[in-house]
Amino acid sequence: MRLLVTLAGVLLAASPAFAGDDWMPPVRDATVLKECGACHMAFQPGFLPARSWTRMMGSLADHFGEDASLPDDKIEIIRAYLTANGGDVVNRGRAAKYMQWVAPGGTPQRITENPDFLRKHRFPESVWTDPKVVTRSNCAACHSGAERGYYE
Amino acid sequence: MIRRLMLVAAVAALPFVALAGDARRDAILADYAAKARAADKGFAAFSAQRGETLFRTKWTGGDSRTTSCTACHTANPRQPGQNAKTGRAIDPVAVSVNPKRFTDPATVEKQFTRDCRSVLGRDCTPLEKGDYITFMAGQ
Ligand code: HEC
Repeated sequence: MRLLVTLAGVLLAASPAFAGDDWMPPVRDATVLKECGACHMAFQPGFLPARSWTRMMGSLADHFGEDASLPDDKIEIIRAYLTANGGDVVNRGRAAKYMQWVAPGGTPQRITENPDFLRKHRFPESVWTDPKVVTRSNCAACHSGAERGYYE
Repeated sequence: MIRRLMLVAAVAALPFVALAGDARRDAILADYAAKARAADKGFAAFSAQRGETLFRTKWTGGDSRTTSCTACHTANPRQPGQNAKTGRAIDPVAVSVNPKRFTDPATVEKQFTRDCRSVLGRDCTPLEKGDYITFMAGQ
């Protein structure tokens, strides 16, 4: 029994390696999933370097034009998780690809402006204005596995 | 054996969870009622009808993408909605289909603040909040 559990654990831990370059480690923190995920998908922190998340968590009152203010204790939990799992920390697979385009010391805020994103999203305007899509950051409109980190 | 025990525990917890849900919503409503009374001594009770009007009115003063609560929660609160700003799906807000609604005071307050500013361009009053929950509790 114990052996089975261990085996399953090893398989689980290994699975990302088989998941290909599109895989991004998914968010596993309950507070991040709840608070970030209330308005939009809780984007995987691997898409931005840790310092970008630090900047974002310090400016929630003007979050892309929205007031996304949260109590300090929640901000602290979210900041700690996002910075511990930033793209420069993960630094492999898709995260490493995104990080290639980030200027040293740069703190980009929009994942959808990364050249690696742009390269794969050259669509006619009609795709972006589809009522199911609404915004470029609505990953799940087309990528059904987005929340789990799969972007096939 | 363990499985059976867990099942028993789960079944035993079921009615408790349902009850606790109602009690928490009642507490939230009682808090808004106290604040509504403090603002207006003539306050008698919340009204589902006023709540529905708040929900359906097209307001001016907020974000042009969200002139009404229905912009995201749709005209039928028993249906899933879609966030008009981000495109993300929103679970139904009617309590009959989503009993978890209006049971966590921090979430309720946070969301009223965000959504009322977005739609009305101002905070909702305790009276409006109580009316809104009363309307949704009957939906
Ligand atoms: C921009 C889209 C949007 C609009 C417009 C909107 N809401 Fe919401 N509302 C949300 C989202 C997103 C949530 C959180 C996600 C969820 O609870 O499923 C939410 C949740 C809520 C909640 C918390 C419910 C709970 O689970 O306890 C309340 C209260 C609420 N909305 C009230 C309103 C009121 C009142 C209006 C109109 C004045 C309104 N909303 C308009 C997007 C919107």
